[in-house]
This record gives sequence, structure tokens and C-alpha cells, in this order.
Amino acid sequence: MDALLIEYLPILIFLGVAISLSIAMVGIAYFRSTSAPSDIKLSAYECGFAAFDDTRFKFDVRFYLVAILFIIFDLEIAFLFPWAISFHKIGWFGYTSMMLFLGILTVGFIYEWKKGALEWE
Amino acid sequence: MTELFMGLWSSYGFPLLIILFKIMALVLPLIICVAYLTYFERKVIGYMQLRLGPNTVGPFGLFQPFADAIKLMHKEIILPTAASSFIFIMAPILTFTLSLVAWAVIPVGAGLVISNVNVGVLYLFAISSLGVYGIIMAGWASNSKYAFLGALRSAAQMISYEVSIGVVIACVLLCVGSLNLTDVVMAQKKIWFVIPLMPMFVVFIISILAETNRAPFDLPEAEAELVAGYNVEYSSMTFALFFLGEYANMILMSALTTILFLGGWLPPFQCSFFSMIPGVVWFAAKVAFVLFIFLWVRATFPRYRYDQLMRLGWKVFLPLTLLWLVITATVIKLTGWTASMSTGVLS
Amino acid sequence: MTFQIPIALITFYAFASILIASAVMVISAKNPVHSVLYLILSFFNAAGIFILLGAELISMTLIIVYVGAVAVLFLFVVMMVDFKAPGEGLSGSLKIVAGLIGSVLICETTFLFCTWQSSPFAKEGLTNPMPEGRTNAHSLGDILYTDYFLLFQVSGLILLVAIIGAITLTLRDRTRSRTQVISEQVGRDPKETVVMVKVKSGQGVSHD
Repeated sequence: MDALLIEYLPILIFLGVAISLSIAMVGIAYFRSTSAPSDIKLSAYECGFAAFDDTRFKFDVRFYLVAILFIIFDLEIAFLFPWAISFHKIGWFGYTSMMLFLGILTVGFIYEWKKGALEWE
Repeated sequence: MTELFMGLWSSYGFPLLIILFKIMALVLPLIICVAYLTYFERKVIGYMQLRLGPNTVGPFGLFQPFADAIKLMHKEIILPTAASSFIFIMAPILTFTLSLVAWAVIPVGAGLVISNVNVGVLYLFAISSLGVYGIIMAGWASNSKYAFLGALRSAAQMISYEVSIGVVIACVLLCVGSLNLTDVVMAQKKIWFVIPLMPMFVVFIISILAETNRAPFDLPEAEAELVAGYNVEYSSMTFALFFLGEYANMILMSALTTILFLGGWLPPFQCSFFSMIPGVVWFAAKVAFVLFIFLWVRATFPRYRYDQLMRLGWKVFLPLTLLWLVITATVIKLTGWTASMSTGVLS
Repeated sequence: MTFQIPIALITFYAFASILIASAVMVISAKNPVHSVLYLILSFFNAAGIFILLGAELISMTLIIVYVGAVAVLFLFVVMMVDFKAPGEGLSGSLKIVAGLIGSVLICETTFLFCTWQSSPFAKEGLTNPMPEGRTNAHSLGDILYTDYFLLFQVSGLILLVAIIGAITLTLRDRTRSRTQVISEQVGRDPKETVVMVKVKSGQGVSHD
């Protein structure tokens, strides 16, 4: 267990180093740069005009659908990884069980395709 | 008292120092590589367009990245009104940090890895999944219509191509039998995976182009389309951090490609001349080659329209990669090939 | 007289305290986007605790699936829907219903807590979680697709139901816009669409 955990310690240290490096870069710029805020500079960019109305635009359900489909296929990939590495130990039974699983999800994918959920985005 | 101090130093202080030294030995050359990648890109694209790139600052323009960095550092950091300031500043920091922290598990040579975890492949996949957040947070915190729409489209594009990247990685793992990146490289001793899995190599290269928002898939951040998308409100060092983060991500993805398909630090043939060149040099050369492909593609192809891009990700790559996964699994089972046939990897 | 700094213990307490603190912030943050970001922070700390237990595969899968997919979905929805902060809280009758549901849940969790029994094999499993020579991910992969075949297929069916549910609930009929049908464009026969004409200079081509 210790041998396993000792491998992860450098990742934590690396994370600390990376965060402090990024903050240092922003910090240097903050102190070295001039600062003269004005109303025009601070308003949102809209090709020279004042902003028209609230930025929250209409809810587009396509993004939601893409995110849901991504969750489903991400879970499929999460199942694929341990199968792929244990492939030699699980024989033909393991192979068929994964093929069945992929078949079930392919049915879902074909359903999506036919329904047009993959169109326009 | 001094024994206590010596005990602490030898069991905790000194190993910590070694780790820090290894980290610095990776991060400093990496940052210089990222800076010079920007220079390299401008030069390469310039020559492909029959013009010289930057050639004024220093000999052959070699000091251009430093000039850019110093200029950006002295510009004003603008925090637009009505944006969530904390998230606004955290987004580029997050992007840059993520592209750095993924390098902890990448083996640049035989045994030259900072953190030899057993789930290295999953760790890299997780880091690339997290890349979406920097963009979403930047777009939302900017409180600007252009930024938000650009960020959402960019995020949707990234997650669509994550799926095909995942299935391609699963294909490669079938041939390796382990999630450890060092094992993935060592399994290619007999033959690099680019040869038996060539279609997957092509799909992977195209998917990482889309994942890193590079041309021809850079619609969400193209200047002419969405006024640079999610980073329209950023200036000075925060913009530089996004920029550097994108290039560091490119180098990371190229490194992943070389590890998965081009044999990592292994020389092409096992002859004595090639073995004299250290593995790190081979690794760097292969990463440079993949990066050249990135730049070459940018100079060559027109931009994909957004719906064409999403169609490619979902309707072409996903079925293709799943099909290839099934084919690979069937062939491996039928021929009885095991990863231990190439080398002594766990099978 | 050696002094051992229990790094694993300190890391565990750090992860656990940040996890609890960010979980509390999830429900008490005013801004829903901050709420989701605190949720992401708690997922990260949970993944850290899993690594301390040696469960690397679960930890990475947690990050890939929860942080990388589920929280992205939450963020999309929360950022696009304009949540108005409730003015004075819930109305009276809703408060009663909420209180009822809350107390039922508390009773259930206390009940669970009091009657919890560890399985007799728990101690054995903890000290010897993995067979020799196989890593955590390999040991999970060895048994998941063979010994737990039915559960695996059931999870596939659940995912299928999720796909069908999501599409049924959200997809609206879109016959208004014309899309590109790339197969038609590529499968176009040049002989039927392009005509080669030899034009005499100064004369031009006439339309038929």
C-alpha cells in the first residue's frame, strides 16, 4: 500500500508547484502593469455598441442533450478500460459479456441517430 | 536534537527536495518549449505561406517569445464589470495548471517519470476531461454574450471528441494489458502501434485537434467568427495563460500520441547506432513530429462549420472507433496474441 | 528516536475536512454556479480519499465520470437557466412538506446507522484486497465481466433507458431547418451535373 501511495505524492507536490507558478505569473503582471480602469474599458465587448440586454440567452436544449449523451458514452468508456486491460484473463466469456454490453448501447445509439438527436450539433 | 533534524532531513526533507528537483527539471524546459512553440508555429506557417515568420527580434527572430511575454506582462489586466472576479481570474490559472500537472505521469525516457502510477492512462484521460472547465468558467465569468456562446460551443465540441479519444485509448489498451504508461511504451518494443492500429492513429490525431480547439476545429475561438470566443474579455497575463495553456495542452496531446502509437522513447530499429541516442531525444523528436502535423494542418485546411464538426465527432468517429474496438478484440482473441509476446508486460 | 510524520494521516484529514466543508457550502452557497463548483471540489477530495484507500481505478473513474461529465451537465444547466434567488423563502405549506421529507430522511439514516453490521469477511478484505501481482484495476477487471456478469448487463440496460429517457423528454421535432446531407453531396454523379462545352472565343454559351 505504501509503495502505491508514495507514487502519488509527487502529483500533489506538482499540483502545488503548478498552481503557485500560475498565480505568480498573474501576480507579476498585476504588479508590473499599469491600471487605469474606465467605464468603456470595463464594459463587455459588443463591436463598439453598448450591450443590448441581459447576457443570459434562451436555454438551448441541444447542449443539454450533448452533455447527457456524453455522460452515457463516458460511462461506457469507464467500463471499457478495465475490460481492455484484463482481456487476457477473462477468456471468451468476458469477451461476449462486453460485446453484449456494447450491443445494448449500440441499440441506444441507433435510436438516437434515427430520432435525430445527433443533428445540428 | 541534531539527530532528530538529521532523521527528518534524510527521511522527509531530502526525498522532497529530489522530487522538487525532478519537477523543476521537467517544468522549466516545458515552459520554454511552450514559448518556443508559439515562435515555431509562426515560422512554420509563415514559410508554408511563402513568407518569413518573425525574424527581427534577435537572430532569426529567436527572442520573439520573450518579447511577447514582456509585452503581455506590462499590459493592463482588465476585469470587466459584473463578472465574477474570482472565477474570472481562476479560469486561466486552472487551464494552465491542468496542462502542467498532467506531465507528472508522462515517461520521457526509460524510468524517467516523476510519478509512475499504475493508472497513468486514466489520469491523463481525467485531466483532458477537466480541460472543459477552464473554458466554461471563462465564458460564464466574462458576462458577455459572445464569450458565453463561444465557451458553450467549445465545451460541447471538446466533450464530443472525448468519447472517440476514450475508445481509441481502449483499443490501444487491448494490445497492452496495463494502464501504466511505461508498460504502454514497452509493449511496443516489437512494433509500434501506429502500424497495426493505423486507422485509430488517424482518428486520434484528428480528435486531439478537435479536443485542443485547434484549426480546422477552432470555430469557437476564431477571430473572424466569434471575436475570439471565450477569451474575448481577457487581456495581459490572463490571456497569456490561456494561450500558454492551449499550447501546453498541444504538447501534452502530442506526447500522449507518441506514447500510445509511436513507441515513446523507443528507437525505430534495435540496431546499435540507434540505441546510442538516448531515449529522451527520440521522445522529443517524435513529439516534435506530431506538433509539426498540428501546425501543418492549421496552415492547410479551411475551418469546419460547427454542425459539420459535431457530425464528424458523433456520427463518424464514434461508430468507427467502436467498430475497430470490436475488430481488434476479436482478432486478439482469435489469434491468441498476448501482450507478453512483445515483451514481459503483465498479461 | 525517529520521528515519523504520518503523511497519509495528515493528507486524509486534509481531504476529509475540505470535503465536508465544501459539501456544506454546496447547499448554503447563494449563487448556484458556486454551488456546483463546490460540488466539484468535494468530488476531487473524495477521489483523493479513494486513492489513500488504494482504490485507484474508482478514484480516477470518479474524476472522469463525475467531474468530467456529470458536473459539466450541471454547469450547462445552471448557467443557462436563469435562477432567480427566492425572495422570502418557501411558502408555508411547502415548508411543512419539506420539513416532513427531511425528518423522514433523518429517521431513515439514523436507523441505518444504528443497525449497521459489517460482514464477517470485511476484515479479511481490508487486509488483503488484491491478489498478488495484480494491480487494483486488473483485479477489478478480472471479476467484473465474469463473476458479476448480470449486474454489468443491468448497468448497460440502465444506460440504455437513460438514453431513451433523455431523448423522449427533450427532443422537439425539428423539421424546419435544412441540413447538409453529405452522402448525397458526395454521391453526386458528375455526368449528370456537369456538362463540358467547347466555347468559341467571342461567342459564349447559349442556354437551352
